[in-house]
Amino acid sequence: MIIPIQNVLDFLILVPFVMAIVVGLMKKASPLRNAVIMTGGFVIMAAAVYVAVVVLSAGDTSEFMFFEDTAIPDKVVMAGEIFLMGLVCFYSIRYKKYYAIIFSLVGTVPVLWMDLTGRAVEGSTHMRIDTFAAVMYLIVGIVGILICIYASGYMKDYHHHHTDVVDRSNSFLALMFVFLGAMFGLISSDSLSYIYFFWEITSVCSFLMIGYTRTQEAIDNSFRALWMNLLGGCGFAFGLMICNMQYGISNLSELTDSGMEGLIVPVTLFAFAALTKSAQFPFSRWLLGAMVAPTPSSALLHSATMVKIGVYMLIRLSPVMYGTLTGIMITVIGGFTFFAASLLAITVSDGKKVLAYSTISNLGLITACAGTGTTEGVWAAVMLVLFHAVSKSLLFQTVGDIENCMGSRDIEDMHGLIIKLPRLAFIMIIGICGMFMAPFGMLVSKWAALKSFVDSGSVWLVLFLVFGSGSTLFYWAKWLGKICTVIHQSFELEDITPRSELISIVPLTWLIILMCFAFPWMSGHMVQPILDEAFHTNIPDVIGGSDVIIMMIMVAMVFMIPIGSRFLSIGKNSKMTMSYVAGVNAGDDRHYIDSFGKERALYMSNWYMEDYFGEKKLLWPSIYIAAILVAVMLIVVVGGAF
Amino acid sequence: MDFTFLIKALLYVILAPIIGGLLSGTDRLFAARMQGRQGPPIVQPFYDVYKLTHKQTTVVNSIQVLFVTGYLIMTIFTGCLFFAGGDMLLVFFALSMSEVLMVMAAFSTNGPYSIMGAQRELLQMMCYEPMTLLVAIGFYYAQGSFMVSDLILADKPAILQIPGFFIGFVFILIIKLRKSPFDLATSHHMHQEMVKGLTTDLSGSNLAMVEFAEWYDTVLMMGIVGMFFLTASPISRIWAIIACVLVFFLETLIDNIFPRVKYITMLKVTWAVILVFAGTNLLILNVLR
Repeated sequence: MIIPIQNVLDFLILVPFVMAIVVGLMKKASPLRNAVIMTGGFVIMAAAVYVAVVVLSAGDTSEFMFFEDTAIPDKVVMAGEIFLMGLVCFYSIRYKKYYAIIFSLVGTVPVLWMDLTGRAVEGSTHMRIDTFAAVMYLIVGIVGILICIYASGYMKDYHHHHTDVVDRSNSFLALMFVFLGAMFGLISSDSLSYIYFFWEITSVCSFLMIGYTRTQEAIDNSFRALWMNLLGGCGFAFGLMICNMQYGISNLSELTDSGMEGLIVPVTLFAFAALTKSAQFPFSRWLLGAMVAPTPSSALLHSATMVKIGVYMLIRLSPVMYGTLTGIMITVIGGFTFFAASLLAITVSDGKKVLAYSTISNLGLITACAGTGTTEGVWAAVMLVLFHAVSKSLLFQTVGDIENCMGSRDIEDMHGLIIKLPRLAFIMIIGICGMFMAPFGMLVSKWAALKSFVDSGSVWLVLFLVFGSGSTLFYWAKWLGKICTVIHQSFELEDITPRSELISIVPLTWLIILMCFAFPWMSGHMVQPILDEAFHTNIPDVIGGSDVIIMMIMVAMVFMIPIGSRFLSIGKNSKMTMSYVAGVNAGDDRHYIDSFGKERALYMSNWYMEDYFGEKKLLWPSIYIAAILVAVMLIVVVGGAF
Repeated sequence: MDFTFLIKALLYVILAPIIGGLLSGTDRLFAARMQGRQGPPIVQPFYDVYKLTHKQTTVVNSIQVLFVTGYLIMTIFTGCLFFAGGDMLLVFFALSMSEVLMVMAAFSTNGPYSIMGAQRELLQMMCYEPMTLLVAIGFYYAQGSFMVSDLILADKPAILQIPGFFIGFVFILIIKLRKSPFDLATSHHMHQEMVKGLTTDLSGSNLAMVEFAEWYDTVLMMGIVGMFFLTASPISRIWAIIACVLVFFLETLIDNIFPRVKYITMLKVTWAVILVFAGTNLLILNVLR
């Protein structure tokens, strides 16, 4: 039985919204609600995977273009935009943050005016699914849905620990589904005005999610996220209007394929919007503030959805940015963000904050790759998107579970995690290794990124990348070390991770391992077709031949060493002793006897080097530098065109 | 992967510890003579390691052994990859992975000296990681390939085009070979504030494994130094060997002249040197290309 893709597509965009309403009506956490989320989630996942598989195996994706009769959807979109604007105005007035209204009006009203006065171009294809969309479908469908399932269990525990927060978990879960619906809509839209609509939904959704706890901090942070994203939305709106009214272009694919003169102005505006969405410097602070919300929202924002929209847009625009000032500025901003955020990540000990900085840093790398506009750059960027989505969502979820079990998410408190919570520690180790260690996925893409920078002669990027790699290694490895520390005479804590969370975490862990082996296949079947569509050319394997074999041997070795040691009983015959404390251990390796004969506790903290790279020292200068870069880009390219 | 690949790798596995051990002995002899002492015989490192393997091994935990074994295996693997003619970037990625395993071994002990050593070792890695990657990139700029097997067939020695990279690399070798002023993580010298840092809680055959791995590592580093001089002509090999000897001697000399510095000085100095020498060199190459 063959189901028409168009029906599945409609299903995928609409069902999450229906799910949101259903879940929103179930106020209390109950087995029924979990069951609904689980069933609905897996149905959506199956549909998304189905679409992706059909499109990826079709070879020619031109058949998946849909001329919709757009009269009714157009009205829905328009009504939706007005609704979003109303929502923003309502919250701005309620919390007396009036500036948000301005951004919302500036972004929405001109577009509405354009639509209502019939100045908008009637495009042909409103929806299409090409290979890139299919790949994004896989990310949103698998990673995003797993996070929703995780959330159903997590929110119950969350309210168990945070009794001061009003339980509105139904609306939180509903928002997550809205988010996914918007994501499916965005990646399958080719019409710029549709993309804009879904773009704004995600902005408002993330605003509502970040403000979930309604503490003062949450409100402040959520409004910061809102104004930054709406600012980007304004950029998008102007780009959209220029496209429609000056060039008669209504579709993204026309923009990237037409080769018309002067299109760089809207491209720059879209790229600017993408920078805000992907939380590049100078707009990084909204993502850092986003961690006040419950962990599933961070996982969702950081891995499968929000920030990925920005880089999705940049990768789409990549061919047009080749060799332009916009492209150069975007790569420089991305490279700079990669380096600065990785230094900042060294100095924080809050687990979620390290993850946030690492997201910003990695997205910087993706941005930089996309900005080069070369085939190798896009190859690396897509690979990075894939690996980052899986690893980062796993890490966030694990940190959330650790917090639920231990009551803290500080890295210092994860000292000896391998003894306290072995299962979570093991998953965490795989997640962290997935982010930076040799045979794992992120490194493959970083490697490709390096090659693409070298080939495109971007010296500054090469320097940013190599120095950034050094600091990246430092902050991940010291976290890994904290987890691996074995403390004597400590006991396993009760692992209270519920089943629903394991349903999400365990597949993601396997996915990371699987992707180490599968990356040559992924390159051939997922990334190369994207290059084919974007550049109408293919590239020789970025990492190919004997290197792949060697990588496979390395992966095998990484897993063989622990297994082998178990069988060979290495070190089992050795005498156990306490670690060296200059001969004054007091019974275990956590206490020593000082020079007055007193027993003292011993604790080794990680290095944070705050005096040198601290947020106080580095954050604002980085923001200023990046702000100047963005301003230069906008003034020269956009201002220069008039 | 053909037959010669395996032979070369095998040769490295067999010969590297012999050369590495001798180098280590030479180093001690050099140092002693510089200080006006007689010094141990050149084969002393072999006696030491032999003795270590016959001592009782005490461990702090069982994971420790796992990491140390992993470190040894990965280091040997890295060297094989290099000498068999593999991809330079992959060599350095594998190298940093093996280093991380060693650091994890120290972290797992929960001992104050070990963990202090581990943190310092990580910082040292942060210092030299940019340079190792840049070396691979430099060779790529100079000769157009990342594969060692292609690089050794060059027309002209790479040093002519990438002298800045060479200076940077020799500089970070001070860290890599654990020489003062940058031997923060292990303190190979007297006045041992660190009680041998990283390896404090290792003993017996475990310590022997680390020593063994470091020999392999030294040979790998010298191999990379030689790469700067190798061309297709056989005479270049003599130059390469002379260069290795000189660099090794220089490292020992530096070791004996300079006192240990603070970690932040190390970070600033190494990054500055890398940026100034390798960075400028890269910029010039890019303009010329």
